[in-house]
Amino acid sequence: MADNQRKVYMIAGGVTPFKKINFNDDFRLNVKHSLDYALKDSGMKTEDIDGSVSAYFSDHLQGQLIAGAMSNDFIGLAGKPSKRIEGGGATGGLAFQTAYEEIASGTMDTCLAYGFENMSHVGTWRGNDIIALGSDASFDYPLGGFYTAYYALMATRHMYEFGTTEKQMAMVSVKNHGNAMHNPYAQAPMDITVEDVLKSPVVSSPIKMLDICLMSDGAACAILASEEVAKSVSGKPVLIKSIGSSSDTMRLADRPFGKVPLLPNENDSMYRDLKYPGVHSFRAGRLAARMAYRKAGITSPEKEIDFAELYDAYTSAEIQAYEDMGFCPYGQGGKFVEDGRSMLDGDIPVNMEGGLQASGHAIGATGIMQAVYAFWQLQETVHKHLGSNRLQVKNPQRGLIHSHAGTGAYEAVTIMEAV
Amino acid sequence: MGYGRLLKIDPVVVEWNYNIEYRHSYAEDSPFFMALGRGRLLGSKCKSCGFKYGTYRKYCMYCGSETDDIELPLHGKVHSFTTCYYSGETFRGDVPYTLVLVEFPGVDSLFMSRLFINSGEKPEIGMDIVAQFKKFQTFTVNDVYFVPA
Repeated sequence: MADNQRKVYMIAGGVTPFKKINFNDDFRLNVKHSLDYALKDSGMKTEDIDGSVSAYFSDHLQGQLIAGAMSNDFIGLAGKPSKRIEGGGATGGLAFQTAYEEIASGTMDTCLAYGFENMSHVGTWRGNDIIALGSDASFDYPLGGFYTAYYALMATRHMYEFGTTEKQMAMVSVKNHGNAMHNPYAQAPMDITVEDVLKSPVVSSPIKMLDICLMSDGAACAILASEEVAKSVSGKPVLIKSIGSSSDTMRLADRPFGKVPLLPNENDSMYRDLKYPGVHSFRAGRLAARMAYRKAGITSPEKEIDFAELYDAYTSAEIQAYEDMGFCPYGQGGKFVEDGRSMLDGDIPVNMEGGLQASGHAIGATGIMQAVYAFWQLQETVHKHLGSNRLQVKNPQRGLIHSHAGTGAYEAVTIMEAV
Repeated sequence: MGYGRLLKIDPVVVEWNYNIEYRHSYAEDSPFFMALGRGRLLGSKCKSCGFKYGTYRKYCMYCGSETDDIELPLHGKVHSFTTCYYSGETFRGDVPYTLVLVEFPGVDSLFMSRLFINSGEKPEIGMDIVAQFKKFQTFTVNDVYFVPA
């Protein structure tokens, strides 16, 4: 694939608080709130933006089709190029990458990526149904399939293959809810214990209530720009070093049992007997990471990534993502969290602001929310935006953001660097 | 849609019912659903590369060739499982229920289904299970389900 493209920078970002229910602000106003924050922070004006990419997952959740166009005119971008990106839970991550492509290709000099979702406008059980329509509507959904169940099937097999435990999964929940205690935008900051998680109601075994992400109302936006524009704005730009994406079968049942596609820090002998991806791992995440690492020249992700925003829709998924991203070999994801390596003071802090578990999951906004938090980390401005330095990673040079759709039907990995 | 029921003011929130009649066609997958009514579980075998699918599909996802229908063995093993205590709204009355991914001998991929077990029994990976068919066809994938062998 072509690498002769323009450098792309993130120059501003904003998020709204993610809330369980927000009837006071519709999706357009949420987008405006996040954009106003980004504009004020960067000293930019709406007229400085060449075009936009909108991100939202479900027309059913919005109760409105072509909601991107409605947002555009609300924020003053009518008359400028715009498109909508949809890719399940990876919607925001893929929209961010699309905005990157608009700049890298020279189509635009500044591009706004914004994402939103209003998940509270239906009840949780109905919301489960709507999201489950993002699985095979002939073979999977009619069984009573829904996403917690699909991830539970994967977690059960991961536990069988590698000995991962429910206690290790609970440690992810404790970490992410605890981190969110220092994030004023977070929906569910909680000081909880492993026991609290293990005792929470089982939703779909082995996944329990406190292993699961939130359904949220909220929005996030990121302004991306060419090098020339980045140099002209106030504030510290962050380089988007590379993007990677991949895909996999929609149905878990179709996942093959082949060889592991190796990351640069791995070799064949590590996985001689592992049938891959089966249903224990997310092949698309690994392939997306491999693409992003290759383009960024990263050969030892476990040493070269300073922090990560991983897609923790379920605690099991964060453990699986440690392995898919190459932070540790397959089978050691549980130990990775148990050893504290993903804690704030660990080797690779993960989901410092609380992740989807505690910060929230307003689907279309989520991948862009991750980019905003990574941007503030790499700018070292966490104190300014979150009110304290508690979640600031020390001297971060490179961060990774990762999101996925379905059970990894689409995945997006982006590498961002301090400049 | 239509007229809403007032839920609250400040802000004004109305609730409306959002129902649609949707005609879902199984299209090229129809032979699978028809066969369930005759107590047969169909998979697919690629005419070109020979890959055997545990979930019916008319074209091979590896080489694009058309597949032949194959009769899946009715006996299989649990590859993975979960018991659901919550669900989507549509299946609220069914909880708890158990979903399994089924592996069949000599078949290269899996099949998702429900597993019915007696209370007190626990599903486990590797458990021998056998397909059963609904007496009255619903024309959904639920026309087949599994029980311990």
